Amino acid sequence: MTRRFALIVVLLLAALVLVAVAGVALGNVRVSPLGAWRALRGAGDPLVVAVVRDLRLPRVALAALVGCGLAMSGSALQSTLRNALAEPYLLGVSGGAAVGAVLAVSSGGGYGVVPLAAFAGAVLAVVVALVVAHAAGGRADGRVLLMAGVVVGAFANAAIMVVLANAPPNTIRDATWWMMGSVSAAEWSGVRWLAVYVALGGAALWAIGRDIDALALGDEAAAALGVRVGRATRWVYVVSALLAAATVSAAGLVGFVGLVVPHLARATGLRAQRELIVATALIGASLVVAADLAARLARPPAELPLGAVTALIGVPFFLTRLRALR
Amino acid sequence: MIHFERVVLRYPRREQPAVRDVSLVARRGRITAVVGPNGSGKSTLVRALLGLLPLERGTITIDAADAATLDPRERARRVAVVPQRESPAFPLPVRELVALGRRPHLHALATWSAADSRAVDDAIAAAGVGDLVDRGSDELSGGEWQRVRIARALAQQGTSLVLDEPTTFLDVAHEMSVFELLARLAREGKAVLLVSHQLNLVARFADEIVLLHRGAVAAAGTPSAVMRGEILERVYEWPVVVVRDPAVGAPALVPLRGRRD
Repeated sequence: MTRRFALIVVLLLAALVLVAVAGVALGNVRVSPLGAWRALRGAGDPLVVAVVRDLRLPRVALAALVGCGLAMSGSALQSTLRNALAEPYLLGVSGGAAVGAVLAVSSGGGYGVVPLAAFAGAVLAVVVALVVAHAAGGRADGRVLLMAGVVVGAFANAAIMVVLANAPPNTIRDATWWMMGSVSAAEWSGVRWLAVYVALGGAALWAIGRDIDALALGDEAAAALGVRVGRATRWVYVVSALLAAATVSAAGLVGFVGLVVPHLARATGLRAQRELIVATALIGASLVVAADLAARLARPPAELPLGAVTALIGVPFFLTRLRALR
Repeated sequence: MIHFERVVLRYPRREQPAVRDVSLVARRGRITAVVGPNGSGKSTLVRALLGLLPLERGTITIDAADAATLDPRERARRVAVVPQRESPAFPLPVRELVALGRRPHLHALATWSAADSRAVDDAIAAAGVGDLVDRGSDELSGGEWQRVRIARALAQQGTSLVLDEPTTFLDVAHEMSVFELLARLAREGKAVLLVSHQLNLVARFADEIVLLHRGAVAAAGTPSAVMRGEILERVYEWPVVVVRDPAVGAPALVPLRGRRD
């Protein structure tokens, strides 16, 4: 570990703490940082304690984990597919996951099962997008792959509308929740489940971090460095799909985080995938906590969907990076 | 040492094999060059060596071990390959690019050691890229880029070095510097297997030339045995004369204008 990397991690951690404190303190009920600290320990106004402990803290934690998962998934996909615009949302992976999750929820699945159904949907979406991209050109063409992904995503949104058209409003979160993403329904049980999935996914990506570095050079160069190219690539798809599926199960479709964050992480000068995994996790967490804060504060007392905020940031960014596709 | 023995290779869904019954040996301390027209199967041999294309028949042996059963990581510790095409998805500093050559020596849980750093330093020095280490991979000229990739291959510390058209797109000076580097590495004991279109440089630097034609060996042997007008004319389907290179006396190919009637 270089000193540079250590410094970056310390700065990113500080940023995350700052954003998290703001996330707990700010909102319709304003709490001072000190008040938030006391409320965390159960002291002070019972209303403030309830707001901080049961509403804001799980919400901040969930937003942070969603950011971690999406950002790590995006980083691994961008390097492996050698495509600066790859990310779970644009590749349709999140859309596939959302369909799986909606089907599971509408048939009564719980926190443990929903991510698995979402995972099945995500893997199916990856396979469809890859098959289409391979069929269009011998080797997976980045442009075709993204187009296929976006179309799969649109199909997924339509499918969600259909499945939830007659859903009873009190038992199932509505289609908007899934299609635009939100962490407003955060509960500790959901936070714990997501933490497990994100930790597993992050560890799996870390384990093959050096292989991902080699894959980013191209298939032949990776093979020359002793990487089993097919196996390593499939492993990245599976783990990225799992991360996306877990976040979608917890917060619906939150787009563009996986796109923007790896670029920010690389802008710090980091290149090795293992370092990028750590950096993207921290940046992703801060970004989504901040985005959720913006969603709450923008037009009070109403809340914007989280996915709307990330799209407002992500789409202009996407457009500035389009030349990467040439 | 790398030994291709009666190798037959076929791309999926192709009727004709891309490589038919090719045997060749790249020995330590020598430069063995594979030459031939476009599509004659040169790069296909490299792909097979990398395990990207299964052998239909024959065997590839690497330092007396069967490549087909050799773990890819172990293979990469013995043979370093510089593929024809490569571009990092995201530019990375030269030193990190060279350090990737240690990947075959690092298991998932292994940490970077002083020995790894030494291997990278030695490789950087041997390839003469010491003044480039802080540059980005997107800030290199074609010649610098090739030398950096050779440095990465040297960091793998194998006994053999395989290069697929390392001097394509390079000007004379850079081309010569790459060939001089390969000659030095061979002298120092590496088995160098070189795929190239540069017949005249190959004739000067290689100890043995294997000429491929439509996937089969058309001629093999010393440069003067292979670089003969009638053989090259038949294989390249173009009129040529072979003269003596005035500088070192190696055979040199001169293509003529147009087809003879």
